[in-house]
Amino acid sequence: MPLSLPEVKRIAWLARIEITDADAAAAQGQLNGIFGLIEQMQSVDTAGVEPMAHAQDVVQRLRDDRVTEADQHALFQTIAPQVEDGLYLVPKVIE
Amino acid sequence: MVNLTLKQLSLMLAQKQLSSVELTQSCLARIARLDPGLNAFVTVDAEKSLAQARAADALIAAGRAQPLTGIPVAHKDIFCARGWRTTCGSKMLANFISPYDAHVVEKLNAAGAVLLGKTNMDEFAMGSSTETCYFGPVKNPWDRTRVPGGSSGGSAAAVAARLAPAAIGTDTGGSIRQPAALSGICGLKPTYGVVSRYGMIAFASSLDQGGPMAKSAEDLALMLNAMAGFDARDSTSLERPAEDYAAALGQPLAGLRIGVPREYFGAGLSADVADAVEAALAQFEKLGAKRVSISLPNSGLSVPAYYVIAPAEASSNLSRFDGVRYGYRAPEYADLADMYCKSRAQGFGAEVKRRILVGTYVLSHGYYDAYYLKAQKIRRLIAQDFAAAYGQCDLILGPTTPSVAFAIGAKVADPVQMYLIDIYTVAANLAGLPAMSIPCGFGEGGLPVGLQIAGNYFSEAKMLNAAHQYQLATDWHLRQPAGTE
Repeated sequence: MPLSLPEVKRIAWLARIEITDADAAAAQGQLNGIFGLIEQMQSVDTAGVEPMAHAQDVVQRLRDDRVTEADQHALFQTIAPQVEDGLYLVPKVIE
Repeated sequence: MVNLTLKQLSLMLAQKQLSSVELTQSCLARIARLDPGLNAFVTVDAEKSLAQARAADALIAAGRAQPLTGIPVAHKDIFCARGWRTTCGSKMLANFISPYDAHVVEKLNAAGAVLLGKTNMDEFAMGSSTETCYFGPVKNPWDRTRVPGGSSGGSAAAVAARLAPAAIGTDTGGSIRQPAALSGICGLKPTYGVVSRYGMIAFASSLDQGGPMAKSAEDLALMLNAMAGFDARDSTSLERPAEDYAAALGQPLAGLRIGVPREYFGAGLSADVADAVEAALAQFEKLGAKRVSISLPNSGLSVPAYYVIAPAEASSNLSRFDGVRYGYRAPEYADLADMYCKSRAQGFGAEVKRRILVGTYVLSHGYYDAYYLKAQKIRRLIAQDFAAAYGQCDLILGPTTPSVAFAIGAKVADPVQMYLIDIYTVAANLAGLPAMSIPCGFGEGGLPVGLQIAGNYFSEAKMLNAAHQYQLATDWHLRQPAGTE
């Protein structure tokens, strides 16, 4: 089922990736090629097959409820694009 | 010296015939001389590497050496290493200095290995040719007009050109085995959960697995010994007793049942690759193995299912790159949403964006059942195929790739053609099974052919032994590309 140009733009918005009209048109062709490949999945009947999310049937481990991490926020913020007073700066979201 | 095994190097270090500083300097000198023509490394930091080498020499002098102490190892630039720029091949992380070590890096450090440098890779490990990297494509040491395979193409080229005695990589759909095959070296993807994913920048978390790349099966075993192990910080890390993968390398192959899947020898397989693989199978029979014809009926669906599951997980994992806490931020934007959209549009390359779009779509409202759930059901069928096959055989052997290395630029414009290269490798990731590739001859253009050896869960030792026995009887793994002397 081919993707329309508005659908490509909607997906790009959902993914928070800016896309120009020219790029969206190019992506449309490539994505439809990829979905052509993916459509081959429909050739097999999977009724009653249990979906497999993971290779190993592992259960989530629980750990003791105690502090295990040291405070390293100063180190971590050295690689942030913009910080001030220990806070990450972003454009204003509330007027 | 460049063709010595890890065991031989370790012995020379122990006997003081060579110091780790000398060995590291010789690798750095080879990188300086040969890498400008290959582009295998993104970051080299001689000072840091030599400091580690000096520390290793001190350990050796104190009699506290382990098997990898003093050995230089090249790291795919997906493994976070404290104080090292860790780019994942992306503009998004081009200036990212990791504040912490991946578990694998911690383990290699604890083993006394020297971090020789960070190797080039497809951006965020999304690719099969190491052409999608922000830092330019890697060239195949056997023919510099060809790709080395991917996504761990820098690590593969570094080992093939003898710039590093060993390297580490990651394999989400074949990214260790396929470049190992196309570059004429050995590479192993362990059973999912054997090597911790902590600090390995995530692509598709249910498929990603780190593993070793080296010249021989014996070297892979020594590397895996140092890399494997439980880590509580990876929720899918498996708690198992430590295994010595090098201990079982002396077993004869008499009676070993090698399964040969009919589906792997059909249309799409190049004749030169088929010939080299057939010759390798004959060699295994000569060594006493029994050939069993098997079927993996759903293997044709593995690429379609993979290209739903991997992009879906990638679209979720890569949502963390928002230009707020680390990574690239666009210089100009109107508001917060615009900052996200522009930072991601400018920071990610074309293939990464394409996969994020595919993943976003298959997970979006109304399409989840048709794509993601369907793919997970096919994943189950593929795992069941292997379960049935391993009732009839001990290992599965076949080609790693449909053809030898292709020309740089030949497939990069056609994603579907690029994806189909993964036809023989992705199934092991979907099922979580271990698989490896070793050199087994040469095909068109004098380029290396890889033999894939796959096993049941936790059969790495058995696979490595089979590969080692083959390498005792053959010398394909000892061939070195011309021009890398």
